[in-house]
Amino acid sequence: MTTISFQNVWKEYDGKVVLEKLSIEIAPHAFVAVVGPSGCGKTTFLRTLLSEEAPTRGRILVDGALLPREPTVERGVVFQRYSVFPHLTVLQNVILGKEFAGSKFLGALYGKARRKATDEAAALLDEVGLTAASAKYPAQLSGGMQQRLALAQALITRPKILLLDEPFGALDPGIKADIHELMLRLWKETQMTVVMVTHDLSEAFRLGTRVLTFERKPNSELEPDRFGATVTRDLDVWPPKLAPWNTGAPRKGARTSS
Amino acid sequence: MRILAYRPNKRASLLLPAIPFILLIALYSFGSIVRHVGNPDDKLLPGLASLADAVRRVAFLPDKRTGEIVLWSDTAASLTRLGAGLFFATLISLVVGLTVGLLPYLRVLLSPFIAVLSMIPPLAVLPILFIVFGLGETSKIVLIVIGIAPFMTRDLALRVAEIPAEQLIKAQTLGATTWQILLRVVAPQMMPRLIDSVRLSLGAAWLYLIASEAIAAESGLGYRIFLMRRYLAMDVILPYVAWITLLAFLSDFLLRALQGRLFPWFAEARVK
Repeated sequence: MTTISFQNVWKEYDGKVVLEKLSIEIAPHAFVAVVGPSGCGKTTFLRTLLSEEAPTRGRILVDGALLPREPTVERGVVFQRYSVFPHLTVLQNVILGKEFAGSKFLGALYGKARRKATDEAAALLDEVGLTAASAKYPAQLSGGMQQRLALAQALITRPKILLLDEPFGALDPGIKADIHELMLRLWKETQMTVVMVTHDLSEAFRLGTRVLTFERKPNSELEPDRFGATVTRDLDVWPPKLAPWNTGAPRKGARTSS
Repeated sequence: MRILAYRPNKRASLLLPAIPFILLIALYSFGSIVRHVGNPDDKLLPGLASLADAVRRVAFLPDKRTGEIVLWSDTAASLTRLGAGLFFATLISLVVGLTVGLLPYLRVLLSPFIAVLSMIPPLAVLPILFIVFGLGETSKIVLIVIGIAPFMTRDLALRVAEIPAEQLIKAQTLGATTWQILLRVVAPQMMPRLIDSVRLSLGAAWLYLIASEAIAAESGLGYRIFLMRRYLAMDVILPYVAWITLLAFLSDFLLRALQGRLFPWFAEARVK
């Protein structure tokens, strides 16, 4: 159960303000969908959460502690593309997280430890419906299957936070619907807090417990670069989505009901 | 119909590639016959019979002086040098290319240096190599390494830099250390590209090998060709050139086959 807190976060590149005055409290086990027009800083927002970028000002806290300066195993991620490793089979892709943790020098598991990791990975692959494809390479999979694989791969390390960067943006509508089901199921079964960036509004409301819209404020014509994007709308999704073990549905911020 | 719309069928696709080779041989035979009509002792375009005779002499009969079969001892000497040169060049480019491509500090530190290094014409430093390493095997191997290692290193560093940032971030979120990323994510993806790089460097490697053998050697394919030039022995030189071409073609073919066999994921991943 993980909370995320943005406290007056700014991000600037060479004097160009991308994010300004971002203060957001994200409740434990929330599924936050971030929407907004292109170039409004959604991805930058996600990158700061990943520690791929550091905020210029302000603080980001996870469970009250300052965010580490580099990506860590607590924060899993699925990108729109390039999330899986092309040189590993489906099964090897999923086991990889276990191998990094279990073998510091070789990054590879053998014997009993490998069998144990394989069992765990196989269970996850079953969960995402990729058992039949476990010996294939990612290039042999469809886009939807690749994203299912990316989800399984990210989940094997049991991250506390899952970050999704337009993960289903390139998929066909039918496949999208299936993978939405899967995503909701995975969210309910785990305790992770999810932050998803998307440009698909219906996806945001379908999956999210809370939808944030990012927008640039009306700009000064003289100094267009001096205004960054910030949260302009913050909506709870109705009806609340319930996880079986968590009857009080996650709400905005620290509040438990609105 | 437009010409570009005509496509050869299966049989034609097998036969057509043979035509230029047959034409070349026919043209050569014709030229040889014409010259021998004018001068029966012509050495410039030896006839097929004297070529076959020369091949029998160098490839199947032991040399009177050394007792060795010349073609094989030359081939062994040249391939040993070539293999050693390629091995060290590959090793250097693997270690330097991977780390320079992956680690920003090393990239800033070394990539301008490597870029300058790769601009040195290798044959211009050959005299230095002969002075420093003597006329033996070392200087020839070092010439090959100097000739191709900078190119291969730069190539590999660029290929590493082409790995999508998403992959490296993803590996970090799976808990990988720098070393683990190098070992499990970057290096395995670079292996098939390294084979590509070796294939591209083969031509240059042969060039430097033959150049160094021509200048100072006691055996080797390049040595033999330049030795035979003194006697205008085209009947030996031509088969040697054909043999070198065949060796180069075969090594390229083997490397490509090895790439497909060892890295089945690569062909498909490259298309995407």
